[in-house]
Amino acid sequence: MLECRGITKSYGRKTAVDHISLKLEPGHIYAMLGPNGSGKTTLMKMAAGLVKPNAGDFFYQGNPVGKESRREIAYMSTEPYFYSWMSAGDVGKYYEDFFDDFSMERYLSLLERMELTPDLKTKALSSGMMAKLKIAVTMARKAKVYLLDEPLNGIDLLARDVIVQTVIEECGPKVALVISSHLVDELERVVDTAIFMKEGHLVLMGDIEELRMERGKSVVDLYREIYGHMGEKAD
Amino acid sequence: MEYNTAIPIYLQVMTSIKRDIVTGRIQPGEKLPSVRDLAVQYSINPNTVSRVYRELEMEKVCFTRRGMGTFVTEDAEIVSQLRETMAQDLVGQFLEGIRGLGIPESEAARLLEKYGQQM
Repeated sequence: MLECRGITKSYGRKTAVDHISLKLEPGHIYAMLGPNGSGKTTLMKMAAGLVKPNAGDFFYQGNPVGKESRREIAYMSTEPYFYSWMSAGDVGKYYEDFFDDFSMERYLSLLERMELTPDLKTKALSSGMMAKLKIAVTMARKAKVYLLDEPLNGIDLLARDVIVQTVIEECGPKVALVISSHLVDELERVVDTAIFMKEGHLVLMGDIEELRMERGKSVVDLYREIYGHMGEKAD
Repeated sequence: MEYNTAIPIYLQVMTSIKRDIVTGRIQPGEKLPSVRDLAVQYSINPNTVSRVYRELEMEKVCFTRRGMGTFVTEDAEIVSQLRETMAQDLVGQFLEGIRGLGIPESEAARLLEKYGQQM
């Protein structure tokens, strides 16, 4: 459903994403793994249609990504993107105006599960609370593709469980979910396909149960193998 | 549930369900949760659950009624066979550990006798 061929993006002399081709299918949860600077965020932004590639294209249902695909692809970036005067409730209304697939009812129930209330001002939120708010507002969309960039960063263990549960509930046969993270441990059980990236390249992509069976290794083991010290530093 | 992430998760969940069947926590003929519900319950990927159900079906431990879901077998013979196989596996693991210590297998029965009651 979401596919790129030979996609490349450079910033000045630095190549962030270097000729990556991959295909994402509905009914799967993908982990996009790699230390900081491996190109995860740039790849996601291109999939979301927010960054233009220098070469190659991203296709959603056969058409280049853009205004149309943004209606069905929910993207959660790492940067905070709410006005500081907004309350959590305002954030919901803002999303409701922008996205037809946004459900206020679902948003409010997600807020409750994340132990947030609509009256909270975004400027008063801790980084963990902000991370939860971003998840709630993104997952309150009934999208076909969810791209979550580092959703577990800065979130305490209990809230991670809530997020993981929300992700599992959302993954129907028609939905594809991509979660980028360097917290590999947390994703082991939840994802079915791992995408390992290194310095802008796609190193390995595969069904993790198959990888466990063939190599007798966990995703964490593979991560160590692929990144060595580089990966350790990112954690 | 705690997982060993170097071993396929579907195998670990299969064992857990089989154990529930053998101990009677899940009754013969009982309906198992939907794929989604079991995924949430075990905090695992829904595709892993589909695989669990597929494999359990192949082993005839479960069966699917179209449009109704997955059910545990009603065949008592299969359940007792399952108990036997699982016990056999555990004995195998025990013996492997004993052999690993360089203790002859003939000693194993004596050790079981000696320490079994204390545990």
